Amino acid sequence: MIEFDSVTKEYPDGTVAVGDLSLRAPTGEITVLVGPSGCGKTTSLRMINRMIEPTSGTITIDGEDSGSVDPARLRRGIGYVIQHAGLFPHRTIVQNIMTVPTLLGWDGGKAKARAMELMERVGLDPAFADRYPNQLSGGQQQRVGVARALAADPPVMLMDEPFSAVDPVVREGLQDEFLRLQSEMGKTIVFVTHDIDEAVKLGDRIAVLDVGGRLAQIASPAVLLAEPASDMVADFVGRDRGYRALAFTGGQVRADDEPTVPLGASVEDARAAAGGARWLLVLDEEGRPAGWVEPAKMAAPASADFLNRGGTVARADGSLRQALDAALSSPSGRGVLVSPDGALIGTVPAGRVVEAIEAERVHRTEGGAS
Amino acid sequence: MISRIFGWLFDPANTGAIVSRTLEHLQYSVVALALAALIAIPAGMYVGHTGRGRFAVVNLAGAARAIPTLGLLYLMVLLLGPRLTGDVAFLLPNLLVLVVLAIPPILSGTYAGIDEVDPAARDAAKGMGLTGREVLLRVEFPCALPLVFSGLRSALLQVVATATIAATAGLGGLGRFLIDGLAVRDFPQMAAGAILVAVLALLCDLVFGLAQRYAVSPGISGRTRRRTRRARRERDADSGASASRTERDRLDAGASAS
Repeated sequence: MIEFDSVTKEYPDGTVAVGDLSLRAPTGEITVLVGPSGCGKTTSLRMINRMIEPTSGTITIDGEDSGSVDPARLRRGIGYVIQHAGLFPHRTIVQNIMTVPTLLGWDGGKAKARAMELMERVGLDPAFADRYPNQLSGGQQQRVGVARALAADPPVMLMDEPFSAVDPVVREGLQDEFLRLQSEMGKTIVFVTHDIDEAVKLGDRIAVLDVGGRLAQIASPAVLLAEPASDMVADFVGRDRGYRALAFTGGQVRADDEPTVPLGASVEDARAAAGGARWLLVLDEEGRPAGWVEPAKMAAPASADFLNRGGTVARADGSLRQALDAALSSPSGRGVLVSPDGALIGTVPAGRVVEAIEAERVHRTEGGAS
Repeated sequence: MISRIFGWLFDPANTGAIVSRTLEHLQYSVVALALAALIAIPAGMYVGHTGRGRFAVVNLAGAARAIPTLGLLYLMVLLLGPRLTGDVAFLLPNLLVLVVLAIPPILSGTYAGIDEVDPAARDAAKGMGLTGREVLLRVEFPCALPLVFSGLRSALLQVVATATIAATAGLGGLGRFLIDGLAVRDFPQMAAGAILVAVLALLCDLVFGLAQRYAVSPGISGRTRRRTRRARRERDADSGASASRTERDRLDAGASAS
């Protein structure tokens, strides 16, 4: 556990970057520090490994005052990942990952084996081992950055906007893999971001900091979205927070049977299956939803080329946010629900999802009252 | 005229003098460069790493360019000559001038190289628990090597060219051919001396160029790029692809085919 006890950072010119901050980052969880620029989130993070020295207050890591440990030794025991990865350009990928084990005096063969193992774990092709950072994309470099931070298996990781310099598609992939890694490793992680969506996605706990480094609220993502403690927090978490909070709400929605045809079905089959309905769902060879067609407008058998793929697909065991989004985005107005392996379960109209949301809310408030 | 220059150069009677003068010249240059590097590289590393004295380095490098080399040499000979005896009376002033000449490019090259190291790499190094000294020696200096080398190479060219003036202070080196040739109006000898200085300078630069290739990591010099067009394609695929890049690849391919 990392604990801030009335930590203040004041610069000689009188600027207060962090003001009397007290918070806890529990062991094995991801604590996200989020807030507008100038809120002192990066300063707070960097005080943990003493890249910045606090003006007053103490930071303890698993009960030990970090101020009492030699900074270099302290940092070797803490994983550190930063925005632009900060790989050493003159070293190969595997040498980069071996940095801390080498500093700690590991045997070369052991350090290398560990580096190769980590490349696999963060999803890097082992063929990259002897390449140099300038031969890798931003996303790949950031994977190396994560592998390098994990090399000596530190119990604590500090991550400063690690995914914000890559494009959105790559970022989402990195976030998913990061969560998968964390579920295996259970590190104590402090994660800084300015992106509330990233905070909500990754955080077990989110600390919202306000300008001047004051803690505005610390809570789980669901509570933060549902019960922002102040106008500032409400503003920061955004207007569509009600909708986003649904990501944390699971609930049962009854699926209707949906008539379907397989890919390649003839026009006649499609019209017969639709039975007068405007939109008809087409399944691929493995029984997974491929897209929608309008049988009345079909001139040729249902091929993958002219399917409407506008609708998102929700897992029946997923959140109500996914289910509602599937219904809202579907051209037919019927949201497609699938099983975990992607097979069609049925469809659900938006109205029924909203009813489920309402039922869930009532259930929760009554549960809370009793 | 040209044939007379080559005639002089390839006259067997001159071969012994050419070899010994070249060796003398090389000796002055290498000793001066080594001394300058011993002073300027650590100083540049210190300034680049700590940021202290940055102002002094930038201005010193600029001001040093304005020092009149020949004037400094005569001044040194006048000041130091009477206090020293024998060859040293001329050798030391001469070396001092060459060292003074060589320091600024090496100093500013080293400083700039370290100053330009990616701040993220420096931050990561520190954050992973490298001490200040380890950050400097294991990350900053290796990354600064291309600029350190360019400082050394430009200092070397200047020193080899300027070591010619040693002859005006009564020493050897290739400058002898210029001074002695001038005294007896032997222009082919003078021209040959000038050519020898230029050739020596180019050869020295070549040696340093090879050393640089060997010393600088391929990850920095960019010598990895050619082999890895495939990696770049993977990289583009990963980052959502940039059309201009693929376009350039196609142009590359076209150019190499033609």
